[in-house]
Amino acid sequence: MAECHPVGFRWVMQAKQRGATIIHVDPRFTRTSAVADMHVPIRAGSDIAFLGALISYVIQNERYFKDYVLSYTNAAAIVSEDYQDAEDLDGLFSGWQEGKGQYELGTWSYEGSDAQSRDVHNVPESHAEKAAGFQTAEAKTHATDRTLQHPRCVFQVLKRHFQRYTPEMVEHVCGISQEQFNRMAEFLCRNSGRERTTAFCYAVGWTQHSTGAQFIRSCAILQLLLGNIGRPGGGILALRGHATIQGSTDVPTLYNLLPGYLPMPKAGKDTSLQKYNENYTPRAGWWTEFPKYSISLLKAWYGDAATADNDYCFTHLPRMTGDHSHLTTVVNMADGAVHGYFVMGENTVVGSSNSALQRKALRKLDWLVVRDFSLIETADFWKSSPEHDRGEVRAEEIGTEVFFFPAATHVEKDGSFTQTQRILQWHHTAVEPPGDARSELHFAYHLGKRLKELYADSTDPKDRPMQDLAWDYPTHGPIEEPIAEAVLAEVNGYYTADRKPVGGFTELKSDGSTACGCWIYSGVYANGVNRAANRKRATDPYHYGPDWGFAWPANRRILYNRAAADSDGRPWSERKALIWWDDAKQQWTGHDVPDFPKEKKPDYRASPDSRGIDTISGDDAFLLQPDGKGWLFAPTGLQDGPLPTHYEPVESVIENPLYRQQCNPVRLEYPRADNKMARPYSDPRFPYIITTYRLTEQHTSGAMSRWLSWLAELQPEMFCEISPELAQERRLQNGDWAVVSTARGEIETRVLVTARMRPIKLGRRVFHQIGMPYHWGNRGLVTGDSANELIAFSADPNVSIQESKALTGDIRPGRRDRHTPVSLQVENAPGERLRDLPAAQQRPIGKHHIVAPESKQGDQT
Amino acid sequence: MANGFFTDTTLCIGCKACEVACKQWNQLPDDGYHFTGMSYDNTMALGSSTWRHVSFIERPAPIGDADTGGLAWLMASDVCKHCARAGCLENCPTGAIIRTEFGSVYVQPDVCNGCGYCVSGCPFGVIDRNHEDGRAWKCTLCYDRQKDGMQPACAKACPTASIQFGEINDLRHRARERVDKLHELGVKEAYLYGEDAASQPGTEGLNAFFLLLDKPEVYNLPPHPEVPTHKGKKSWISAGLAAIGVTALAFASVMLGNSARE
Repeated sequence: MAECHPVGFRWVMQAKQRGATIIHVDPRFTRTSAVADMHVPIRAGSDIAFLGALISYVIQNERYFKDYVLSYTNAAAIVSEDYQDAEDLDGLFSGWQEGKGQYELGTWSYEGSDAQSRDVHNVPESHAEKAAGFQTAEAKTHATDRTLQHPRCVFQVLKRHFQRYTPEMVEHVCGISQEQFNRMAEFLCRNSGRERTTAFCYAVGWTQHSTGAQFIRSCAILQLLLGNIGRPGGGILALRGHATIQGSTDVPTLYNLLPGYLPMPKAGKDTSLQKYNENYTPRAGWWTEFPKYSISLLKAWYGDAATADNDYCFTHLPRMTGDHSHLTTVVNMADGAVHGYFVMGENTVVGSSNSALQRKALRKLDWLVVRDFSLIETADFWKSSPEHDRGEVRAEEIGTEVFFFPAATHVEKDGSFTQTQRILQWHHTAVEPPGDARSELHFAYHLGKRLKELYADSTDPKDRPMQDLAWDYPTHGPIEEPIAEAVLAEVNGYYTADRKPVGGFTELKSDGSTACGCWIYSGVYANGVNRAANRKRATDPYHYGPDWGFAWPANRRILYNRAAADSDGRPWSERKALIWWDDAKQQWTGHDVPDFPKEKKPDYRASPDSRGIDTISGDDAFLLQPDGKGWLFAPTGLQDGPLPTHYEPVESVIENPLYRQQCNPVRLEYPRADNKMARPYSDPRFPYIITTYRLTEQHTSGAMSRWLSWLAELQPEMFCEISPELAQERRLQNGDWAVVSTARGEIETRVLVTARMRPIKLGRRVFHQIGMPYHWGNRGLVTGDSANELIAFSADPNVSIQESKALTGDIRPGRRDRHTPVSLQVENAPGERLRDLPAAQQRPIGKHHIVAPESKQGDQT
Repeated sequence: MANGFFTDTTLCIGCKACEVACKQWNQLPDDGYHFTGMSYDNTMALGSSTWRHVSFIERPAPIGDADTGGLAWLMASDVCKHCARAGCLENCPTGAIIRTEFGSVYVQPDVCNGCGYCVSGCPFGVIDRNHEDGRAWKCTLCYDRQKDGMQPACAKACPTASIQFGEINDLRHRARERVDKLHELGVKEAYLYGEDAASQPGTEGLNAFFLLLDKPEVYNLPPHPEVPTHKGKKSWISAGLAAIGVTALAFASVMLGNSARE
């Protein structure tokens, strides 16, 4: 966190000065470890084993927060008789479909629920969809055992699932000594409960794994057991990779979501507005409000053209036909199925995995638009690349037409950033952008305007979406910059009759009388005031600072804060009081805005006849869940199991010590000649663990830092970090050159020999790690090879995030061969099967069974 | 009144925001793009174009009783100390180096003739000549920003309050409290470096002093810095004694030589 979020880390340092204990779990000793009270070095990719053992410690030693667990989690729910655990099936859960390479989800449900009524083949894409997978019976009337003794109650299932995750196992799998593990576990337990809370912060060290979503699930289970969610000082904080990555999932740049986590309609399934709303509106919980949000969104986008008679232009929305995630799209592009590509604020050739495959894909395009501050590698791929150096490609043979647009920086435009606490903070133009540089808003708005002009006279029905689109933002100044606050006003929502802003999402309607661009942000422009621009420092003793920016939803600073009070509405302790039920006023009150219906009594209980928000009982703290509870066991929502299970990375140095199933069975893999993989474990060619990361001095792919002398000089060359032991084993010298190789290829780096990198001891075996920052490319003031040349396309099945934090490779002294074509470099024994995991091999690319078009070049060798 | 810095190295996370903020505000050039292999330090030392410099020290002993695998990574942001008795200022023959109304030591670039006497006068090796224009450069304690009532760029940019700017007496008070607090927390090795004349007579105290966790040498700081003029009296005495000695020796040798011949 100190490395990648130094400014946010100020709060950690302030907490430390007030007596907080900092524990840092990381394969490397980093700047965070330098100020931590404890550094726990972990083998990259073994976090579920570690967190699972913490879960087990908490359960076995009865250190969980009993009242919290009973009130606010699904611990008491009884799981279906048909459910079989990974413990029973050696690493697989019930419902595994061997040929399809995925699970049928029906058996992962509560007893008493009507599993048949669920679409067991459909894997939910979003929170709303996940909730909608729940029918009434499951949501409210499923069987429970509040004594937590029933062998199939969630609590017992959880206990059994993790029983083999012991401190001994942690030592053997993660390389953490039992003694240190026990000390940490004991601290965690002592620092949780009524009087104390513990927070977890994580970043892409958890997400960029083939089991990334389950890493976070493990932490969620642990925090729910300890009662650390919805309470001051608790929580799980996702630290984002850039400013407003949170914003880009809220008002998404994701292919499968619409703003506010509404699912993108699917072809063949969401054929009408009615069907769409039915498919995603559950019978219980807050998402029963779904149609209000979907229809208000359509009104915001299509304006007056959207009427009840034409389904509010629902048919204009694009439909998802398959997996359009980044990796799959690039693979399809490399096979000639994608013709045009906008790359805005990204440098995919450096920042995304398998740089050579990324460049190959770009070479197949008809056109490419790149918007950035500098002429980055992604815009320059046609002119210079390792393939050019080796004579494999020639600039004059590449047909891609590249359009480069200089971009305005964040100080050259108005707009908002949404940070990890969901707070929107407005930023104002400090200086006008130089030359032709323009904001994204300017680019998107004027492109849209020109497209609308092109289609204005068309009578072709397929052009109606463009014609009906409401595209009327006011502009100002000589460059006709759209007024960003006008967009914020639309995002906030307004009454269509008089365009008066709505006060919040509770005012939204499903009859077309309101429009709202993103329901969760509603309230940010209430009364026409830009609350994201609020800048009043916290003066309250609790430091929630309600007048600094605007936190979605409804300016609530701590999500699910109903859980900060007990089931009767009293604070768990005075020290940790946040919101509570005020009997005199008959409403929720406290230091934060209650994340709960304000006048709902703690003892209110929903009846089977309840509808809409009335289905939320007075103790349903997790009100967006259909059953109102935090899920220890996730009956729906994940593709790779209702409980996190330790699988090895797709390339590992060891065989999975816990199960016969080596890797995540549902992982995304792209078996192609241009995406070669090492053996799943113990590949003699690649004996070392590689992990990648960022440095404070550079920013992601370097587009914002390698062109700036003051940053570039601070980390001027690509380097790798290795332990003195590995340096000795491979005869590497500090400061010299080394070649690092994986199944994808080779790069050269400088060598930094440091005791901060430690060999990992697993039992009697010792494994070395190679750490690599990934900021460099072949352009800019400082250049170097990109770590992403080494990383494969393989990903988590839930969120399509690549596995770049744990892989295998080798290292040797020297420089890389710059001239011999790769085809002559790679030794590949004829007929050798590189992978021996049939389950994954047969898995189709993408989660919707869309297979990329046949490719002659892409065939697996 | 004198303003200065208290740099608390226990709060430093090595982000180098101070280095960048300093270079940006003062529009300083880069030091070249060279990988040094010295931990995360690629700018190496203070110089004519680097007025804040963060050292990274990998030490095979933890801080206090921290459970960090027997390892510490000490980080410290170094800067001109604006000594109460400044060697550079005293050595400067042109009057280019002055003591400002803020108590800082400031080089007036339009007066500096590039003689370089100041360089040899600094016991810390801070002030440095630019090889292109020949003149001497160093931290100005952001004289221009202070003139406008702003704090220096490095202190402003520091996210963790490792660099604290203020009135030197306030800073001393704060620093002593911090040392006590650290001792309470088990970080017994914490101490102040150069916080006043008593602790560092050779400079009569630093207007930019430090809280350190190891010997000064570990941070590339001299254990007993002394400005050359401070050594003056001592030097003259020893020179005088030497002269007397030599004279006595010469006299004696002549006398003894004579008596030997007799």
